[in-house]
Amino acid sequence: MLTLTNLSKTFNPGTVNEKKALQQVNLHLAPGDFATIVGSNGAGKSTLFAAIAGSFYPDEGSVELDGQDVTFLPEHKRSRQLGRLFQDPLRGTAPHMTIEENLSLAYLRASRAKGGILSRVTRAQRELFRARLAALGLGLEDRMKQPVGLLSGGQRQALTLLMATLVTPKLLLLDEHTAALDPGTAAVVLDLTEKIVAENHITCLMITHNMPDALRLGNRTLMMDSGRIVLDVQGEERAGMTVSDLLDRFGRSTGRAMNNDRILLSGLE
Amino acid sequence: MSSFLTLAIVQNALELGFVYALVALALYLSYSVLNIADLSTDGCFVLGCAVGATVALAGHPVLALFAAMGAGVVSGFVTAFLQTRLGVQSILAGIIVNTGLYTVNIAAMGFSSNLNLFTADTLFTRFAALLGDTPLAGWDGLILAAGITLLATGALRLFLGTRLGLSIRATGDNADMVRSSSINPAFTITVGLCISGSLTALSGAVLAQYQKTCDVNLGTGMVTIALASLIIGETLLGWAGPRVRMLAPVVGSVVYRFIMAIALRLNLPAECLKLVSAIIVAVAIAAPRLRQLAALQKRKMAARRARAVKGGDAGC
Repeated sequence: MLTLTNLSKTFNPGTVNEKKALQQVNLHLAPGDFATIVGSNGAGKSTLFAAIAGSFYPDEGSVELDGQDVTFLPEHKRSRQLGRLFQDPLRGTAPHMTIEENLSLAYLRASRAKGGILSRVTRAQRELFRARLAALGLGLEDRMKQPVGLLSGGQRQALTLLMATLVTPKLLLLDEHTAALDPGTAAVVLDLTEKIVAENHITCLMITHNMPDALRLGNRTLMMDSGRIVLDVQGEERAGMTVSDLLDRFGRSTGRAMNNDRILLSGLE
Repeated sequence: MSSFLTLAIVQNALELGFVYALVALALYLSYSVLNIADLSTDGCFVLGCAVGATVALAGHPVLALFAAMGAGVVSGFVTAFLQTRLGVQSILAGIIVNTGLYTVNIAAMGFSSNLNLFTADTLFTRFAALLGDTPLAGWDGLILAAGITLLATGALRLFLGTRLGLSIRATGDNADMVRSSSINPAFTITVGLCISGSLTALSGAVLAQYQKTCDVNLGTGMVTIALASLIIGETLLGWAGPRVRMLAPVVGSVVYRFIMAIALRLNLPAECLKLVSAIIVAVAIAAPRLRQLAALQKRKMAARRARAVKGGDAGC
């Protein structure tokens, strides 16, 4: 579904601030793959997402989505096929528009409905929204006419998740989407993520700093360091892995210990 | 009461309210929805007036409205092009276009600073003839002005529910969200400003035919007046649901014209009206902050008083 070939990006090349954010990254995700990504701050995880989504164009290499080369496709054209969630729950929804309007926008932009730019949502689609909201189990289906600004961070993030997957995207990019939520809400949103991704067989990449989650969720775990994917485990090897195994493997592949407090702390939980 | 506000004054206020409501509607789109202060409004209004008057003089009062709207679209497009493609700040883009339009407007009137349509056939004379001797005779101006404005309001409301309309609303509401979704903000801003420009120009064209004159200085302060109307309307209809709230520009504009009519009735010199509208806008926009400051001040005073009481007790 997603193929990255020799993807490289250097910010501020030739200056003292030169930063090799991505170095020759190669990755292939099969349809339905759900890979978690871990790595210290500055390892290039978010940069990788930005490159896939088209926030900038890479210096070298190519991005292929579902067999189509999208390396130089502008961000807004590419994002029609992508679902994207950020750490900040305020980022994915329009606060002064109602829940229903936010869902309508997400649905109309992704579905390429008949009628083009002047298409509107029908009553049947509105019922679909209601059903999908009800499936979240947060009671939002009775608040469809309320502005999104009235919802809590967790509710907004759940709504953003629903908006991103209302029309099944070719790839779902989750950038620490539960990191700003309290532990209870984070667990709820994570469960919803797992459920929605599994039900719709969505190909998904998820950045997380929670090591147990990184091993528990999905079918594949990637580890990044200095703009490279240094570890890629799946299948049986991954099934038997513990958090300390993962940290050991990281040490072996990079020649140093994982030294990020957040990762270590969440690993010891 | 009836001697203070005669039927003619009420009727006139209503008519003007509906005509100018189109500018408030345009600002609803650019200012409230897109969150852009579009200062080309003044010039764009006169542009619509000049183009509308010229075409009406040529004997096509209906075509005049569409010609004016077309001119408004072009004006909106230039403003949008400057800010989305050439990186000019939005306020500056509006000011630049507004300045340029002064010359364009004079040119549109055949290099004259005013035009009169006293002899021309207008929508209003045609509609009055159509109503003839029916019981509605005498209300033709109001019906026509209200009809055009409500039609435009309804069309805009329908449009804002479409994919493009929702995208425009999201552009003004959450720029981050729009950037990471499949919406091209340059495109939505351009469409929004084109529609907003066409509504402003339509208002000018209707006004030209309504008062049968067009003057190049007609638009001075229009953006402030329309903003005042919009804010009055949104304040009055703040309680309502989205469907009723869509009428805020119309209601605000009518109320504004009543305020003006009363002010004139109280023998306030006409030159003072612009100051009055400027004050209305400044106070209305500053109101939330003023309320906040007042509450904080009150809270501080209370705390000081409480401390003073406690201090008095503890002091030997």
